[in-house]
Amino acid sequence: MAYNHKEVAANKPSRLTSGHRMCAGCGAPAVARMVLRALKPEDHAVIANATGCMEVSTFIYPYTAWTDSYIHTAFECTAATLSGVEAAYKSMKATNKLPKDVTTKFIAFGGDGGTYDIGLQSLSGAMERGHDMVYVCYDNGAYMNTGIQRSSATPKYADTTTTPAGSKIPGKMQPRKDLAKIMAAHNLPYIAQSAAIGNFKDLYEKSEKAIYTEGPCFLNVLAPCPRGWGYNTPDLMEINKLAVDTCYWPLYEVENGVYKITYKPAKKLPVEEFLRPQKRFKHMFKPGNEWMIQDFQNEVDKRWQELLDLEAMTNK
Amino acid sequence: MSIRERLSGNEAAAFAMKQINPDVVAAFPITPSTEIPQYFSSFVDNGQVDTEFVAVESEHSAMSACIGAEAAGGRAMTATSANGLSLMWEMIYIASSLRLPIVMSLVNRAVSGPLNIHNDHSDAMGVRDSGWIMLFSENNQEVYDNLIMAHRIAENKDVLLPLMVCQDGFITSHSIENIELIEDDKVKEFIGTYKPDHFLLNEKEPMAIGPLDLQAYLFEHKKQQADAMRNAKKVILDVAKDFEKMTGRKYGFFEEYKMEDAEVVIVCMNSTAGTTKATVDKLRKEGVKAGLLKIRVFRPFPTEEVANALKNAKAIAVLDKADSLNGAGGALFEDVVSSMYVSNIHVPTVDYVYGIGGRDTTMKEIESVYRDLLKIVETGDIQNPYRYLGVRGDK
Repeated sequence: MAYNHKEVAANKPSRLTSGHRMCAGCGAPAVARMVLRALKPEDHAVIANATGCMEVSTFIYPYTAWTDSYIHTAFECTAATLSGVEAAYKSMKATNKLPKDVTTKFIAFGGDGGTYDIGLQSLSGAMERGHDMVYVCYDNGAYMNTGIQRSSATPKYADTTTTPAGSKIPGKMQPRKDLAKIMAAHNLPYIAQSAAIGNFKDLYEKSEKAIYTEGPCFLNVLAPCPRGWGYNTPDLMEINKLAVDTCYWPLYEVENGVYKITYKPAKKLPVEEFLRPQKRFKHMFKPGNEWMIQDFQNEVDKRWQELLDLEAMTNK
Repeated sequence: MSIRERLSGNEAAAFAMKQINPDVVAAFPITPSTEIPQYFSSFVDNGQVDTEFVAVESEHSAMSACIGAEAAGGRAMTATSANGLSLMWEMIYIASSLRLPIVMSLVNRAVSGPLNIHNDHSDAMGVRDSGWIMLFSENNQEVYDNLIMAHRIAENKDVLLPLMVCQDGFITSHSIENIELIEDDKVKEFIGTYKPDHFLLNEKEPMAIGPLDLQAYLFEHKKQQADAMRNAKKVILDVAKDFEKMTGRKYGFFEEYKMEDAEVVIVCMNSTAGTTKATVDKLRKEGVKAGLLKIRVFRPFPTEEVANALKNAKAIAVLDKADSLNGAGGALFEDVVSSMYVSNIHVPTVDYVYGIGGRDTTMKEIESVYRDLLKIVETGDIQNPYRYLGVRGDK
C-alpha cells in the first residue's frame, strides 16, 4: 500500500512520547518517532540505546518517554547488549518460556559517537553474528552530548570543540567516514541511508523494511543538531532537504548487495547551499577560503559518483 | 546416587553450566578460562542444552550481551580471566547496578602487565568493590558446587546481584581431580526456573532499565545494592543448608581447618588452602597448633564471623595472591584486619603477598609462614606487617 503520511501519523501514535528533553530543532527525536512508527501496532519492541543525547534526555529516572521496553547500558555496547536480548528471546521462544503469539522486534539507537567510533566493534560483531535486529544510527556528525567534539562522522573543515577553526588548522582536516559502506561490507540483508525529509516516506519505508527483514539490518539516518551545526532551529527540515539535494547525504539502500539510490535530486545543488546556513562552516566562507568549499564539493562529487557507479554495477 | 567423575576445574564448570542449562551464554576466549566456553559450545552444537551461545567479539560485549539477556528475562552465564575481566570492568558495575543475577566463572589469572597467563588473584581483586557476590573455590569439587548454588543465591529476591565463582587458573582449571557430580534432575529441581518480576520481553508490562540517575536518586539506589549484598549473607547460608541436604557436602562463609585450638593461623583463598592444609597436618604432628581459615565468601565479606573465627589465635598471617600496590597491605589482609578491629579483637596479624604471576607456592614456604608466626607469638614483635613470600630480593 502506498505511503500516506496522514494515515500513518493518525493511526500509529508515536511510541516515543512527548515530554522528553531533547533540544528544540534536534533531528534525532523525529527520526526515532518515525522509525518506531514503522512497527506493526501489535508488535512489542525492545529498544536499546547507546549513551548519548537521546538516552540522557528520554530516560531520566523516574521518567521515561519510551512506551516499548527499553535498555541502556553504556556508550559502546548497544549492539552487543541488544544481541543478548535477542539471543534470550530466541532461546526462550524455543523453550516455550514466552507466549507463542507475540512477536518482539529489536531496535538499537546510537549516535555517531556510539556507532561510528566507540561502538563500531560491538556493532560489527553483532551484525556479523546475524542477530535479528535493526541498528539505527542517528548521525549528527559529532559528539554532541559532551559538547560538540569531532567524531569520525564529522565532515571535513567542521568547527568543533576539538577541531576548532584556528588560524593554523581550519577545523577538522579529515573527511567523514562512510559507515553505510562499512556496513555494506558486512553483507547484511538490508542497509539504508535515510533522512527525515518531506513527508518522511523515505525514512518510514526504509525502517519498515529494516524492521521486517529477517537478520541484522542497519539504518544510517541524518539527524541535524542545532547546537553543533549552528542553524536556526525552525530550519531543521530545510537543513535535511539541503543535505539530500546537494548529495552531501545521499538516500540509498543496499538490499542483499544491490545498491539502489532512492532519491536522485532533479537538480543537484552546489554543496555550499548546505554549508552556508551552518555556523560550523562559517570560516569556509571567508575571503580566501574558497578552496575549502571547492575541496568539500570535490569530495561530495566523488562519493556521489561512486554511489552511482555502485548502483550501476550491482544492477547489471 | 551421585556420579563419580574425573574432571578438570574448567570441565567441572562447563559441566555445571550444562546442568544449569542457561538461556544464554556469551563468552570470549581467554586463557585459562577458554575451555569453559569451548566445552559448552559442544553441548550447544550437540543439542545437549537449550542455550543460545553468543560468540561475541570481546569480553566487553560478552558482559553486555549477558546484561541484555538477563534483563530480557533469561538466565545468562559467562566465563573469563584476567584481562578479559578488565575489559568487562565497565559492564561489571552496570550488571550489578541493574540488579541482574548473571553468573560468571572467573578463572583467576594475573592481570597485565607485563603479560602473564598464570594464576594470581589480581583480576578478582580489581572487581572486589563492583557489587558482585564472589565465591572462591579450593578445588574442582568446590568449583562445581559453588556454581550449582550460584543461581539460588543470586536470583533470591532479597539479593538480585550477579555472582562470580573463582578458581585458580591452571592450578585447578587444568588439573584433573576426582569429583562427585549431582544427577541432572536433582540439579534442575534444586535450581528451579528463573522467574523475574520484571523483564524486557514481558510484552504485558514494557519496562525501561538503565536510566540517567542523578543526585535525587542514585544514592538510594546504591544503598539498595549495599543492602542486597548484606542480605546475601543469610541467603548464602540458607542455600548451603539445602545443598548439604542434597549432597551431604557442607559449605559456609569459610572453612575452618583445625581451628579449634589453633594458635598460629593462615587466612587464604582458593587452591593455596590445599597446600596449607597439608602443611597444617605436618606441623600438627610436630605439636605446632597450626590452623587455617579458608575464605569461601569474599563478597559479601563475612566480617563478624571472620573476626569471631580468629579471636583465639595468637598470630595470624593473611596470604594475598594479589598486591594492592598501595603502600600498605593486600585486599584480603585489609578486610581481615578491619573485621577484627571493629569487633575489638587485636591479634598480631601480618600480610604475605605471594604466588604472583603463577609463582609456585610450596609447603616449605607455607611452613616458613607458620614459623614466622611462631616467632611473633614468642617475641610479640611483628616488625614489618607487609611481607612477601617467594619473591627474590627483599621480603
